[in-house]
Amino acid sequence: MNPAGHPDAADDRGFLAPPGGRRGLGSWVFSTDHKRIGLLYLGCILALFLAGALLGLAMRLKLMTPGNELLAAQTYNAVFTLHGVIMIFLVLIPSIPASFGNFLLPLHIGANDVAFPRLNLLSWWLYLAGALVAFVSIFSGSGAPDTGWTFYVPFSQRTTTNVSVAVLAVFILGFSSILTGLNFVTTIHQLRAPGLTWRRLSLFVWSLYATAWIQVLATPILGITALLIFSERVLNLGLFDASRGGDPLLYQHLFWIYSHPAVYIMILPAMGVVSDIIPVFARKRIFGYKMIAFSSLAIASVGSLVWAHHMFTSGMSDLAVLVFSFLTFIVAVPSAIKVFNWLSTLYKGSISLEPPLLYTLGFIWMFSVGGLSGLAQGAAGANIHVHDTYFVVAHFHYVIFGGTGLGLFAALHFWLPKMFGRMYNRRRALAAFWVILAGMNLLYFPMFILGLMGMPRRYYDYLPQFATGQFMSTVGSWILALGLLLMFHNLYAGLRRGPLAGPNPWGAATLEWTLPSPPPRENFAQEPVVHKGPYDFPRQGGHA
Amino acid sequence: MDPGDNQPAPRILSSRLLTAVWAALACLTGLTMLLASIDLGFYNVLAALAIATAKALLVIAFFMHLKYEGRLLKGLLFLAFVLLAIFIGLTFLDLAFRAPGQS
Amino acid sequence: MPEPRRDQAGAKLGMWLFLYSEMVLFGGLFLLYAAYLHRYQPEFHRAAQGLDALLGGINTVVLITSSLFMALSLTALQTGQPGRCLGMLALTVLLGASFLVNKALEWGEKFQHGIYPGSPGVLALPPGEGTFYSLYFALTGLHGLHVLVGVVLLGVVMLMLWRGRLRQDHPALLENAGLYWHLVDLIWLFLFPLFYLIT
Ligand SMILES: [Cu+2]
Repeated sequence: MNPAGHPDAADDRGFLAPPGGRRGLGSWVFSTDHKRIGLLYLGCILALFLAGALLGLAMRLKLMTPGNELLAAQTYNAVFTLHGVIMIFLVLIPSIPASFGNFLLPLHIGANDVAFPRLNLLSWWLYLAGALVAFVSIFSGSGAPDTGWTFYVPFSQRTTTNVSVAVLAVFILGFSSILTGLNFVTTIHQLRAPGLTWRRLSLFVWSLYATAWIQVLATPILGITALLIFSERVLNLGLFDASRGGDPLLYQHLFWIYSHPAVYIMILPAMGVVSDIIPVFARKRIFGYKMIAFSSLAIASVGSLVWAHHMFTSGMSDLAVLVFSFLTFIVAVPSAIKVFNWLSTLYKGSISLEPPLLYTLGFIWMFSVGGLSGLAQGAAGANIHVHDTYFVVAHFHYVIFGGTGLGLFAALHFWLPKMFGRMYNRRRALAAFWVILAGMNLLYFPMFILGLMGMPRRYYDYLPQFATGQFMSTVGSWILALGLLLMFHNLYAGLRRGPLAGPNPWGAATLEWTLPSPPPRENFAQEPVVHKGPYDFPRQGGHA
Repeated sequence: MDPGDNQPAPRILSSRLLTAVWAALACLTGLTMLLASIDLGFYNVLAALAIATAKALLVIAFFMHLKYEGRLLKGLLFLAFVLLAIFIGLTFLDLAFRAPGQS
Repeated sequence: MPEPRRDQAGAKLGMWLFLYSEMVLFGGLFLLYAAYLHRYQPEFHRAAQGLDALLGGINTVVLITSSLFMALSLTALQTGQPGRCLGMLALTVLLGASFLVNKALEWGEKFQHGIYPGSPGVLALPPGEGTFYSLYFALTGLHGLHVLVGVVLLGVVMLMLWRGRLRQDHPALLENAGLYWHLVDLIWLFLFPLFYLIT
């Protein structure tokens, strides 16, 4: 609300000001402005993240003590399925690219919008439709899906719960993701400002580019897999039915051909955020720019060749186990290159430990633990021991929540002042970080040990020897929830009532910081001409 | 450096050229049906796929104008085909090498 | 100010990206086909004899001819003959529709013999032959759906051309609709031998 009615006061709100005097929901949900679409995504993603987190808390509460019957067995199955489906398909896959990517991509390349603004809006509508269909699948038919987010046959074919509708939701969400991907690839190829060569792109844009390629080329496999499950159930095709000569393992191949690269859709943009934040707070040019950009592409391509490491105990051929194990080790190399380059950038930098950097450091810690534990499972021998145990659960929550989650939080602390023009409380942001980090590690680290001890994932109940670890983990979930509350409250209070942030609170060098905060609707009044790289900071003292 | 990586001049293909391509496609269709009536065992499948690929290339090159596009689109098409080949090929590492009785 | 040329190149790149993703979508089904052909070669050969190769061949010619008219319509627009362009598009749509009719007759004949997805007739077939027909219905069904979408899309393009909203110097919509149509043709070029000619 803008009681002053002074024209300048309205102008200060940039793209947030009601366009042409039109306010209300319509000016948002029909807007083709990439910044508004980015914020729409961000709002939906955070809301659904909270929903998924509540389901996770419920699960942890049920698992706090052995023999606990807080949730009925069938409800528990539905809860872990929904937690997975919401977190993977509705939160993590769109997360950073759809929200921050949409908001920042045109700003980073000096364009006024993405290549296809209306298609961009359609992507968001499809995302919303997918979310609605997923919601319908919970409350209609004969019960919420209980297959886990992986929809493995034969159970997904036979269960009487509402799987058919859920996989349709997955199909729609996949379509939305493909459209975002092709929009971004085209935007990066066609709309870069004069002087913005490929070597002057920010590393965030490079990571979006690599991600967009996976979205375009791998997501269709998810689409066809979802359609196949649907037609198996509705048309009884029997393509995966062993009793009719089908091969259920082919389902797993198809599913993971998409779903392994999907973890790179989740993590690559977070790596891009990290690569953009570290040089700003180390006041140094990024170390090994070319290698980081290249490693994003390497991760995207080699990451498409490792899918069957999810199937080592499924009865696949031994040769396939050998080859996929080997390829899995190779894909660790580009990730390690990134971590090495980030640390080298910090080395002898002039570091200011502002909240975005702290969350970024949290990312590096959690991602390293998660990544290394991933190698342990990529080794075919060790995999047999830990397959489908809590070790796997710990691994991917370290990588995906500790990685993508903290990356998203770092991005919030870095760019929210740009989006809304106001600054949050620094001290509270730092405090919330430590609570979140402590909670995450207490929640997930015991799961590594539980997994090594043999606790299988997704089980409704457990033996007494797992009680200590399960209890610690549940306590961790409370601490984590507290930390998240602190962080979101601080951010919200900041964007409502915080002090004005100014155009460039961090002294960063990418193009979005040359604009006022929040940016004006048309982005750049004049097409910018770029003469320098994204991490060429002006020297202290004003001597250029 | 020009920001557009993909700016070919618009190219108009003559009706004559397009019709010639169509004739070639029709002939190849006849050829593949003829070949199918001869029993070559598994080579039937290979021959049919080879002819189908040739026809596909004709459609892509002329009807879809790819012959006259920049390097970007050609390279990307190649990438898409390589990717599909890899998906199928790596899956066959499993399917073709399962131990007997492992079905 | 984005120049129109750059805009058009962008539209074309976006369309090709969409086509690549369509190829991968069908690629998933081709993967299944390859896997089951590997496993059930003799059964596939036997089952394929149940399909009419001549009918499939006719449909192939119908589709490549429709692709020719599609390509000719673009040439007509570029050389400033919107009337001829409209005529070519009408022929394309007509041939696309006859492909669908032909397909429907073919499916109907199979249905009459009790061969349809999940039917007792299919369940009674030996494992590999049943798989062949499941793949046949899945792939030709998905392809038929694409033909249907293409026919509707071309109808929209014709309407816009009729109202003079497609100009000679800005044929992006026609071009992209054409690319889509050719892709549908392309996929059929592979479906035809894989289902009708491996007897
Ligand atoms: Cu994986």
